[in-house]
Amino acid sequence: MDDRQQKTDEFKTLVDFETKFNKMTISLLYALIGVVLLGMGLYRLVIDPHLVKKILALNISGAGVFLFLVAVADRIPGAAPDPVPHAMVLTGIVVAVSATAVALALACRIQEIKGTAELSENEPE
Amino acid sequence: MNLNDFLQPLTLPAWIVSLPLVAAGLSVALPKIGKPAAIFTAVATSMLVVMLGGEVLEHGTLQMQVGGWPAPLGISLHADGLSAAMLAIACLIAAVVTFYAASYFGPETSPPTFWPLWLFLWAALNALFLSSDIFNLYVTLELLGLSAVSLVALSRSAEALPAAMRYLLVSLTGSLSYLTGVALLYAANGTLDLNTLAAAEPGSPSISTAFALMASGLIIKSALFPMHFWLPPAHANAPAPVSAALSALVVKGSFYILMRLWLTLFEPLINPGTANLIGLMAAIAIFWGSVQALLAKRLKLLVAYSTVAQIGYIFLVFPLTSMPAAGQTAWQGGLYFVLSHACAKAAVFLAAGNVIYSVGHDRISELKGIVRRLPVSMFAFALAGVSLIGLPPSGGFIAKWLYLNAALTAGQWWWAVLILFGGLLSTAYVFRFFSRAFSYSTDTVAGRPVPWIMEWTAFVLASCTMILGLTAPEVIQLFTAGQPF
Repeated sequence: MDDRQQKTDEFKTLVDFETKFNKMTISLLYALIGVVLLGMGLYRLVIDPHLVKKILALNISGAGVFLFLVAVADRIPGAAPDPVPHAMVLTGIVVAVSATAVALALACRIQEIKGTAELSENEPE
Repeated sequence: MNLNDFLQPLTLPAWIVSLPLVAAGLSVALPKIGKPAAIFTAVATSMLVVMLGGEVLEHGTLQMQVGGWPAPLGISLHADGLSAAMLAIACLIAAVVTFYAASYFGPETSPPTFWPLWLFLWAALNALFLSSDIFNLYVTLELLGLSAVSLVALSRSAEALPAAMRYLLVSLTGSLSYLTGVALLYAANGTLDLNTLAAAEPGSPSISTAFALMASGLIIKSALFPMHFWLPPAHANAPAPVSAALSALVVKGSFYILMRLWLTLFEPLINPGTANLIGLMAAIAIFWGSVQALLAKRLKLLVAYSTVAQIGYIFLVFPLTSMPAAGQTAWQGGLYFVLSHACAKAAVFLAAGNVIYSVGHDRISELKGIVRRLPVSMFAFALAGVSLIGLPPSGGFIAKWLYLNAALTAGQWWWAVLILFGGLLSTAYVFRFFSRAFSYSTDTVAGRPVPWIMEWTAFVLASCTMILGLTAPEVIQLFTAGQPF
């Protein structure tokens, strides 16, 4: 009887470990994708001269950071996800929407004045 | 219920944040009340900040749990000597600039969005200096950045719009980097509260990565060389009251956060290499900013490049504090730099604004003998220039004196040489303008008269740099209250 109990216990720990491991690798994967998105966005932000593309690139970077935060919510494997990072992502989305609105409004004005929505290397100072 | 129930000392931080915020909201809804609301806010916030300063001097720190939720769950507002000093300088400059702007924007020329944006900027600054939650700090950084960018774009000129756009892109990149650091810190420790984080064990690799991300984000936003490129066009092309607030306060906001994080979280894991790297960037900033200021053709551009150089001085605090013996003195010097540069730079930008208001341009070569047209403004410029150079009895002198002490105590004589050499460079660019402004010219520069309030507000801020120099013991007593260092 004792022997059997011990075997089930061992089996349970093994299953537990496996689910933990799977959850961890999945959230780790999300975190990594988030970091890659952040890097891709920052790269385009620097090299693309067109303002709309720059704004899009920033949004992609932002999405990367948010994905990273969502992955962080799974801090303790096996437990219910932590709601605090979700709240941070929600706030972050609000900030990103307002920032994008300001950026697009500025890009429109620049297009009206200069005829092109690009920043040149040597602006008049 | 009487007034005393509302104005308990414990609720002061909430009042200081919400007063400008409510005024901003009201002036969005009713644009006509923008100006009176701002003037009321200036007077009332000054009184509240003085009360908060008194409380902090008496008790050391002031902690408020918003909504009654304690720290790990709720967001707490925290005031110690460091935040009180920053709030006080922000309040002084914002209040004086409010009176300047009330006169600068006449009834016809006033853009309807100036007052709400201005009040939002002020509310964001106050919230920033009172937050002790790293995510809340991110939100205040974004509020500050968005209102600052919109204020730069107010003039809608072909120079201001690209400058504002560049500022926005850089500012958002910096915030994203900071936010990634916040995520890492939360992943490692499960809390966002600074005081709880301070108790967590240092030294894990994710905390080092968080430091690198947060520090680089904040360095971008504070325009330390080589991330300074966005600052001169943005600060030089904004309307005068906006330039003053941006150079004096907004760049200090992100510096304040870095200083806070450094003091509470990161100090144990800084190695001399990191501190010296920041020191090297600061040294190049002092040199490069001063040389560009010497070469600038426009007065406001000269002043903006001078900010790049002074930001370098402010960041010298990090290598100087890395030696334990010099830590206290260096922090005091760094904070003194922040305070005196804020007053001096706001005064100089207001004086430069008066030149443009009167003459219609700020090309230095055509401003010969301008002192005869604007004597008070030019006197203010000269007084503030004394502080920028760092001559006694100005606040800039106290700051440099504390720095020199710290450098020599730590045995790092090369920083002392840099500080003295930087002083020579700032003398050169300040006197380059003076030699024209104060030179005798038979024909006065043509221009319209400037309202007295615009000239005297610049003078008030310039004399504050002298007051800072003369009241050093009291000021140091205020910002060491509650032992933030």
